[in-house]
Amino acid sequence: MSQLFSHSLTRIRDLLRSGEISAQDATSSCLERIAATEPRLDALLHVAGDEALAQAKDMDAHGPDATKPLWGVPVIIKDVLATVGMPTTCGSKILENFVPVYDAHCVTRLKDAGAIILAKSNMDEFAMGSSTENSAFKVTKNPWNTARVPGGSSGGSAASVAAGQCFASIGTDTGGSIRQPASFCGIVGVKPSYGRVSRRGLIAYGSSLDQAGPMTRTVADAAQILQVIAGHDPKDSTSVNTPVPDYLQALKNAKSLKGLRLGLPEQYWGEGLSAEVDLACRSAITLAESLGAEIVPVSLPHTEYAIATYYILAMAEASSNLARFDGVRYGLRSSQTQDLATMYTRSRSEGFGEEVMRRIMLGTYVLSAGYYDAYYRKAAQVRRLIRQDFLNVLDKCDLICGPACPTTAFAIGENTADPLQMYLTDIFTISLNLSGLPGLSLPVGLGGDTGMPVGLQLFAGNMEEETLLCAAQTLETHLPKLPETPLV
Amino acid sequence: MKISPEKALAIATLARLEISPQQAVGIGAQMDDILGYMDKLNELDTANVEPMYTPVEQPGFLRADEVAKEFDRPDILRNAPESDGEYFIVPRIV
Repeated sequence: MSQLFSHSLTRIRDLLRSGEISAQDATSSCLERIAATEPRLDALLHVAGDEALAQAKDMDAHGPDATKPLWGVPVIIKDVLATVGMPTTCGSKILENFVPVYDAHCVTRLKDAGAIILAKSNMDEFAMGSSTENSAFKVTKNPWNTARVPGGSSGGSAASVAAGQCFASIGTDTGGSIRQPASFCGIVGVKPSYGRVSRRGLIAYGSSLDQAGPMTRTVADAAQILQVIAGHDPKDSTSVNTPVPDYLQALKNAKSLKGLRLGLPEQYWGEGLSAEVDLACRSAITLAESLGAEIVPVSLPHTEYAIATYYILAMAEASSNLARFDGVRYGLRSSQTQDLATMYTRSRSEGFGEEVMRRIMLGTYVLSAGYYDAYYRKAAQVRRLIRQDFLNVLDKCDLICGPACPTTAFAIGENTADPLQMYLTDIFTISLNLSGLPGLSLPVGLGGDTGMPVGLQLFAGNMEEETLLCAAQTLETHLPKLPETPLV
Repeated sequence: MKISPEKALAIATLARLEISPQQAVGIGAQMDDILGYMDKLNELDTANVEPMYTPVEQPGFLRADEVAKEFDRPDILRNAPESDGEYFIVPRIV
C-alpha cells in the first residue's frame, strides 16, 4: 500500500470506486509522502492532515459512491483559491491569517465530486512571479533537482503533483502560471479557455486573464479534473454558459493524429530557445507527424509585443484588484493607526512584498491621468491584434504547437535580481492569456544538458479543450514515460 | 528617465504604499527599465484597432436581483482586524 501515491488519478479513482482501497488508504499514502518529501520541497503552506483523515474515515463508513467521480481522491489547492475553514494566504503576509467564509467555485465542485482537500500549495505572492521565489513564506524546490525552481506562480502545485504528494492540484494561470511550472516539473497542466471555469473565489490578480485549471501527472487525469470543475457559474459574470463536452469519452476514442493540422509558429521555434528544449520538442513533433499529423508552418507576427502588452494590462488590473487589501475587513492591519490614511498605507506596505509593490506601482502609473491612453489603451489595442493572430492561424490549422518555455527550470536565485529578465522568460505562455484561448503543457522528455523536464505546449480554438486533450493523450501514449523523480 | 526617485515616491503615495527614499531610487530605476521595454508597443500603428479589455465580449450574464442571506455576520467579522461584533472598526475619521 505504501506506493499508492505514485498511481495516476484515474487509476486511484478506479481502485477507490471498486473498493479495492479505502479513502483512508489513499489519504494516508499521500500524507506519508508529504511527510517524506516536504522537508526538501517546501511545496505546501498548510496541510489539513487530521481533517482529511477524519473525512476519509467518515466516507469509508458509507462506502464508495459511484455518483461521485472523485470519491476519496486527495487533491491539493493553490493558495490563491478560497477554502472554507482553511487558511488562504495567496503567499502573502497581508493574508497570513485569512480564513475564507466560502469555497471557490472549483473547490465546491471538487468537494461535491467527492475529492478530499488535503493541503494548500505555495505560490508567488498573489500569483506574481515565474519561480515561486516571491512567496512571503518559503521557496519551493523542484523535485527533479532541489537547487532549481519549480516554476511559478503555481510552483507549489506543480512540485506537489510531480512528487506524488497528491493525485492532482488546481493551479491558476494568468500569464503561464499553470503551464510553465507544469513544464518545469514534468507534469501536465491545462489552462482552460477564459470563462470555462468559474473565477469565483479565485483571489483576483488580472481579472481578464486569470483562469484556474488542472495540474496532474497524466492527460486523462487532467481531463477528469476539468470535467468536474468546468461549467457555468451564475455567480461569475465572466463564466460562459456553454455545454461542457464529455472529455473522458472523447479520450477513449482518441487513437491517432490522422488529419490533425498542427501549426508551428515560426516565432516559437527560433531565437532564444535553448538547444535541449528545441531538440526535445522537435522530437515530439516528429512523433506527431508519424502519428498522422500534418505540420503547417504558421506565423503569429505580434508575438514580440506580447510581454509588454501583458505586463501593462496585468499590472493595471492588479493595481485595481489589490486595492481591496486595506486592513479594514480582513488581513493584516498595521499597529500604526493614528489616522485612516496612515492605517491603509502602513498596512499595505507591511503586508505586500517587493514584487507586488512594484507591480501595483507600475499599474498605478499606466492607469494614471496622462498615461492611460499611451499605455493601458494602447496595450488593449495590441491585445486584439495578438488575439487576431491566433484566430487567423486557427483558420489554417487545428492546434498550435510550441515549447512551453525557452529553457528548462532555472537555478534558484538566477533571475531574482532583474525583474525584467524574469518577465522575459514568459514569452511562450503569455499570449494565450491575452487571447483567452485554451492551452496545455505536456511533458515530452528530459533536456539533454540539464536532465530537467521539457514541456510542449498545445493551443486550441476557444472552448476546444477536447481537441487539446485528445491530441495530448495520443502523444503521451507514444512518448517514452518520464523516469521517476530522483526524490526517494 | 521617466521615473525619478521623486516620481516613484509620488506614485507610491497614489497607490497607498510607503517606500523609503533609498527604495525609491531602486524601484524608480526598475520601473524605468520596464516602462522603457513597454514603449516597444509604439512601433505599432493601432489607430483603427478597437481595444480588447476582456476575452468575453458578449454582455455579462446577470442574475435576478434577489435578496438572499448567504453569510452570517460573526463569520464575516471573524477575519476583521478590529470589530465590535456588529461593525468593522477603523481609526476615527471625524
